[in-house]
Amino acid sequence: MVGISALMLARIQFGFTVCFHIIFPAITIGLASYLVVLEAMWLWRKDSTYRDLYFFWTRIFAVNFAMGVVSGLVMAYQFGTNWSYFSAFAGGVTGPLLAYEVLTAFFLEAGFLGVMLFGWNKVGPGLHFFASIMVALGTLVSATWILASNSWMQTPQGYEIVDGRVVPVDWLAVIFNPSFPYRLAHMTTAAFLATALFVGAVGAWHMLKGHDTVRVRTMLSMALWMTLAVAPLQIVLGDAHGLNTLHYQPAKIAAIEGHWQNTPGESAPLILFGWPDMAAETTRFAVEIPHLGSLILTHDWNGNVPGLKAFAPEDRPNSTVVFWTFRVMVGLGFLMVLVGVWGLWLRCRQRLFTCRPFLRLCVAMGPAGLIAILAGWLTTEIGRQPWVVYGVMRTVDAVSNHSVLALTMTLIVFVVTYFAVFGFGVTLMLRLVGQEPGPHDPGLYQPGSILEAERYQRSARPLSAATDEPAAKN
Amino acid sequence: MGIDLPVIWAVIIGFGLMMYVVMDGFDLGIGLLFPFVRDPTDRDTMVNTVAPVWDGNETWLVLGGAGLMAAFPLAYAVLLSALYLPLVLMLAGLIWRGVAFEFRFKADAAHKPLWNTAFAGGSFVATFFQGVALGAYINGFVVTGPSYAGGAFDWLTPFSLFTGLGLVVAYALLGSTWLIMKTAGSLHRRMIRLSRMITMALLLVIAAVSLWTPLAHPAIAVRWFTAPDIFFFLPVPILVLATTWTMLQVLRGETNVTPFLLALVLLFLGYSGLAISLWPHIIPPDITLRAAAAPPQSMGFALVGALFIIPVILGYTAWAYYVFRGKVKPGDGYHH
Ligand code: HDD
Ligand code: HEM
Ligand code: HEM
Repeated sequence: MVGISALMLARIQFGFTVCFHIIFPAITIGLASYLVVLEAMWLWRKDSTYRDLYFFWTRIFAVNFAMGVVSGLVMAYQFGTNWSYFSAFAGGVTGPLLAYEVLTAFFLEAGFLGVMLFGWNKVGPGLHFFASIMVALGTLVSATWILASNSWMQTPQGYEIVDGRVVPVDWLAVIFNPSFPYRLAHMTTAAFLATALFVGAVGAWHMLKGHDTVRVRTMLSMALWMTLAVAPLQIVLGDAHGLNTLHYQPAKIAAIEGHWQNTPGESAPLILFGWPDMAAETTRFAVEIPHLGSLILTHDWNGNVPGLKAFAPEDRPNSTVVFWTFRVMVGLGFLMVLVGVWGLWLRCRQRLFTCRPFLRLCVAMGPAGLIAILAGWLTTEIGRQPWVVYGVMRTVDAVSNHSVLALTMTLIVFVVTYFAVFGFGVTLMLRLVGQEPGPHDPGLYQPGSILEAERYQRSARPLSAATDEPAAKN
Repeated sequence: MGIDLPVIWAVIIGFGLMMYVVMDGFDLGIGLLFPFVRDPTDRDTMVNTVAPVWDGNETWLVLGGAGLMAAFPLAYAVLLSALYLPLVLMLAGLIWRGVAFEFRFKADAAHKPLWNTAFAGGSFVATFFQGVALGAYINGFVVTGPSYAGGAFDWLTPFSLFTGLGLVVAYALLGSTWLIMKTAGSLHRRMIRLSRMITMALLLVIAAVSLWTPLAHPAIAVRWFTAPDIFFFLPVPILVLATTWTMLQVLRGETNVTPFLLALVLLFLGYSGLAISLWPHIIPPDITLRAAAAPPQSMGFALVGALFIIPVILGYTAWAYYVFRGKVKPGDGYHH
């Protein structure tokens, strides 16, 4: 009994810390690239709108980045503290991947971040732009390595087990494992999409507040173009990802679908809603569409899909949970497409910036990308259970032997710290985005990393002498 | 045979940790010195001396963890689970202070004191528990098979608490001498005075640890006082005394860069003393580098990257420091 609850606590702890962590990287990845685009537009067009937006978003980026770093630091240690048997067993694979992430990504981000945030007038525009690009590149490289590691745990290959531990024999096979390309594409797109929705929500909120400026319009318009392009792409990628998972982790798909019984020769329905009941081995209150399950999963009207009963009870992931997390993700995904398409339609009618119901929807969809990301990861990770390395090591065998007491104490430390620190940080971010994105009027900005911007403005724009007064006050 | 992978990796990880101690040492030190500096402008200046580089500094800690997992997964598993509680507290400290860099400057006036406290308190907690972990490491661990077999509180000993405080003093010295180099005017003078006191405190700490370690750890005592190790050791105390003496001399007058360099020398001496005492064990007292090593395929793969990329990292890190070179004066900070 004690063993079980210590395992549960360790899982809760890992899930809690990683769910907090992923929120920040998602925005970091998206914003870093967005900032590169803004800076490029400014350098190319010399239109100050882009520069103003660059500074507006840089401050938010900085706060978000700091939270990403400190929450990530915890993750890098959790593998050893909470999953020591897993680390001793599989560290030969996950260790080098994480080491490469540090070497090629974390240092790159951190090394150029200082110049990006504080170096506007310390280096030339070209070098500054280069620094922004390096930071954005770092975030993408980082995602690549960590997802290679996670995907290997989902679909392991390229290894042998010698003396009770994993020995990598083919690194290319390890990295380019079957689920990696899909996961990388799906997650990177998710980060861009979540950021587009967030930026769009901020723009829409300011429009609703009557802050109708060219800056706000630009921000909203860019975000909606992005959503329009990326949301449908995400559905295509998600579909492909699901097919791949069906091939390598059929139990996970059966759990996601709430699909229990597979009768040979019979097609599977698509269960829209219902309540998978693990004990009774059935999905209650199912609302289903015949054949559609087969069609989606096999792209064939009568295709055959294994049901959960095909797997031993101790090998089944929790269908009740993943059934719903998956539907939350997919449901939000379709809503995102709606936002993009409705936006295009309004744009054609010149009503994009005035249609209030649409603007309200945009605000409401601000957190949707992040919620979908969390729902997606919960689906992926809980659907992998009871395995930590799929088919190779069970989660029960991975956990460190900490006492319930030790785990409870640390969990309290994490919960208190995370809610206090990140709660404050998120509030701060919301306050920052709530300030109207202005031109470079120092008075508008709270003290912040923006002094550089003020100075830059003084030196770069001959007409800005008037702003020297308030700047000098600082 | 040719190259000895475990040894190379031990050197790389040792180098990474050394970089971490030096670099995060001075920026944690700045948090430790907060209680001694009350003036808000001075505090902003202090933070501004490290704001552009702290994230890079902390990344060396991540490299230490990741390198350990890559090259010595067994050590990573055992050490991290044995040091679970102090490490979690250290991480919590790093969280509070890490975000304070941004939050201090962007929070409204009412919340600034909170984040000042978080910055100072977080720096203290993080440093103290790093020191505790170090002490516990010297004490050694009970291991069976691939896992830690001791209790949740084995790390808690008078010796480890003392090394915790000792590290606080050491980082404070790095911080104060860094500030001597990076600031001017009254803050600069203040730091010179403060550094004198901290140097003396550090000398006491080093003396106490040097007595306590062999007394409490017979195995280490044997090493220290028998040939051939004694010849490696003999210069260490002499150099420590010489360095402190020079430091105190320099701190009597006007000075800029020298104290920081001397503080680095002191730290390096302490670090090398530790390395000589424990080599070649990676999980004291019994498990050696070789026994804890990852499969050669893992070490080799990661080594290629480390050897090519670390020099590049050092290059652009140096460039970033170069961009922000020179003294930071009140009001010309990046954040005002
Ligand atoms: C899809 C992307 C992604 C995913 C799945 C993860 N991370 Fe992360 N992580 C990032 C993307 C990222 C990032 C974008 O690179 C961050 C976010 C903000 C930042 O500063 O870098 C980051 C920061 C970050 C840091 C701090 C880096 C620094 O010091 O600069 C560490 C140590 C980790 N992460 C470790 C992890 C671990 C062990 C994970 C697995 C459980 C993990 N991350 C999941
Ligand atoms: C960043 C996005 C991620 C999220 C939101 C996420 C979410 C989760 C959640 C919720 C759990 C607990 C599941 C359960 O116990 O039922 C979990 C477990 C786990 N995940 Fe992830 N995960 C993420 C990325 C990763 C990555 C990149 C790795 C590895 C490189 C990873 C490795 C693990 C491990 C080792 C466990 C522990 C075993 C377990 O309790 O299931 N995760 N994750
Ligand atoms: C609307 C159609 C979508 C489909 C069909 C879909 C499909 C899937 C599937 C099948 C998985 C599980 C893969 C596995 O565990 O092997 C998954 C995971 C995930 N989904 Fe989606 N998804 C969709 C939309 C979205 C959206 C809109 C987002 C976020 C903006 C998102 C974010 C994620 C994330 C972060 C994961 C976990 C990482 C991964 O395994 O790739 N998905 N998705």
